[in-house]
Amino acid sequence: MGAGWARKGWWAIADIVILGYALVPVLWIVSLSFKPLSSVNDGRFIPAEFTWSNYRQIFQIASFVSALRNSIGIALIATGLSVVIGTLAAYAIARLSFPGKKLLVGVTLLIAMFPPISLVTPLFDIERTIGLVDTWPGLILPYITFSLPLAIYTLSAFFREIPWELEKAAQMDGATPFQAFHSVILPLAAPGVFTTAILVFIFCWNDFLFAVSLTTTDASQTTTVAIAQFSGASEFTEPTGSISAAAVVLTIPIISFVLLFQRRIVTGLTTGAIKG
Amino acid sequence: MTTTAQSDAHSAAPGEGRCRGPASVRARSERRLAALLCAPAVLVILAVTGYPIGYAIYLSLERFDLRFPEQHGFIGLANYGAVLSSGYWWQAFAITVIITVVSVAIEFVIALALALAMHRTIIGRGLVRAVVLIPYSIVTVVASYSWQYAWTPGKGYLAALLPEGVAPLTSQVTAIAVIVLAEVWKTTPFMALLLLAGLALVPEDLLKAAAMDGAGPWQRLTRVILPIMKPAILVALLFRTLDAFRVFDVIYIMTRGSNGTESVSMLGYDNLFIGFNFGIGSAISVLIFFIVMIIAVAFVTIFGVAAPGVQAQERR
Repeated sequence: MGAGWARKGWWAIADIVILGYALVPVLWIVSLSFKPLSSVNDGRFIPAEFTWSNYRQIFQIASFVSALRNSIGIALIATGLSVVIGTLAAYAIARLSFPGKKLLVGVTLLIAMFPPISLVTPLFDIERTIGLVDTWPGLILPYITFSLPLAIYTLSAFFREIPWELEKAAQMDGATPFQAFHSVILPLAAPGVFTTAILVFIFCWNDFLFAVSLTTTDASQTTTVAIAQFSGASEFTEPTGSISAAAVVLTIPIISFVLLFQRRIVTGLTTGAIKG
Repeated sequence: MTTTAQSDAHSAAPGEGRCRGPASVRARSERRLAALLCAPAVLVILAVTGYPIGYAIYLSLERFDLRFPEQHGFIGLANYGAVLSSGYWWQAFAITVIITVVSVAIEFVIALALALAMHRTIIGRGLVRAVVLIPYSIVTVVASYSWQYAWTPGKGYLAALLPEGVAPLTSQVTAIAVIVLAEVWKTTPFMALLLLAGLALVPEDLLKAAAMDGAGPWQRLTRVILPIMKPAILVALLFRTLDAFRVFDVIYIMTRGSNGTESVSMLGYDNLFIGFNFGIGSAISVLIFFIVMIIAVAFVTIFGVAAPGVQAQERR
C-alpha cells in the first residue's frame, strides 16, 4: 500500500514536470499580453497589473485585422483543397492497384522531405512573372503542395482501416449506391478526413517562410508575418504587448481545437508518420 | 488505442492481390479510375514543386541579379563556385549542422523519456497526452517570441535569473543555445508521439520475461525496448533531422541571423530578398535541396531505415 502511494507520488511529480514543460512558455506569452506598458519590462512571470488594452489595440491596427482575415481564408481554402485532392489520391492508393503507385508514393515522400527554401526562390520568380505574388492563390498553391504528403499519408492510413465490404453488404440489402456510400462509408471515413483537415490546417496556419517571401501587402499578408513586422502603436512604443496579444489570438483557436480533438490527432499524427 | 489501429492497418493488405481475377477489363477500369483520382495530386505536385525545382536549377546556372538586369545570361557553374568558396556559406552550413545535431540529440533523449512517461504513467494519462500537443500545435513564430522575451534582460523571467548585464541573444554561443532550446521545446512532443507509437508495439510479456530473467530497468530499456522500437526511432530521427536542417522561423524572429546565427535557409532568403540575386539564391536553394536528399539517402542506406512511408508497407 505504502509503495503504491509512493509510486503514485513519483508519477504525479513527473506529470507536473510535463505540464510545466508544455504550459510555462504559453502562460508567459499570455502574461505578457496582459501587462500594461508601464510594467511590461518588470521581468515578473505573473503580471502585477492587468489590462486588456493590448488586445483592444491590436484590433485597431488595420494590417493585423486584414492579416487575420487572410490567415483564416487562405488556411481554410488550402485545407479544403488539399483534403479533397488528398482524399482522391489516398483512396486510389489504399484501394486500387495501378502501375506507378510506388512512384507516386515515393514522390509524395520526397516532397515531405523537401526544404521549402529550395522552392521559395524559383516560386517567387515564377509568381512574379505571372502576377501571383501577394495574392491568396499565390500562397494557397504552395500550401496545398506541401500539405499533400501529410494529407495523403494520413488519409490512406485511415482508409485502409475502413471495412469496405460493408458498402456491398448494404447494397445487397437494397440500399442504392448513394445510400450505401452516404450512410455506411461516409460515417466511417469522416473522422479520418476531419483529423487530416485539422493537421493540414495547423500546417498552413503555422507557415512563415512562404508567407514572408510571397506576400508584400495587406492584400495577402498572413498573421505570422504581420506579427513579425509589428512595431507597436506608435514609432516609439514598445511592441512587446501588442506582439504577445496577437500571438495569443493566433494561438487560442489552434490550442482549443487540438485539445478538443486530441485523441484523434495523436492517432492521425502517428499513423501518418510511422506507417505512412 | 493507437496500437490496435496500427496492427489492423498492417494486416489489411492494401488493394493488391484482391482483384487479380480473370477480370482484365476490371483491372483496366481500375487503372483508369486510379489515374483519374491521382491526376489532381500529380498535377499540383508537378506544377508547384517539379517545375520550380527544375527552374531553380536553370536559374542557378545564370547570372541573374535584379540590381544588374542587363547582365542576365548563362554562366555555368560559376554561382556554385561563388557560394562554395564563400565564408558565409560555410559558416551558415556549420551553424545549421550544429543546430540540427544538437537539437535532434537533445530532443531524442527528452522525447524518449516523455514517451515512456506517457506510456507508463498511472495517473492523468489523458491529461499528459493532451498537454504535450500544445507545443506541437503552437505557431513557431509565437513560440519564438515567447522564448526570445523570456531571455531578454529586464523583460524576461528567465533573464531575471541570470547575472546582471548578461544578454544571451547577443552573443553567438548563447544565442544558438536559445535557438536550440526553442526548437527542442516545440518539436520534442511530436517526436515523443512518434516514439510512443513505436513503444506501443513492444509486447508487455517480453518485458515481464526479461524482468524475470533478472534484467533491470536499464537493461530492459537498452536490450529489449530500444531494439524493438528501432524502426520508429529511425523514422522519427529522419523526419526531425530534415526538419531541423531547414530551421528558419526561430532564427528569423530571434536574431534575424545576426551574431553569427545565420542558417542556410536564412542565407538563401537573404540572398533573394535583401541581395536580390536570383542566381546565387537559386544555387543555395539547389545545394540545400541536394544536402537534404543526401541526408535522407544516408539514413535509408546506412541505418537501413525501413524506408519511411508507404514503401515499407508495399514490401510487407
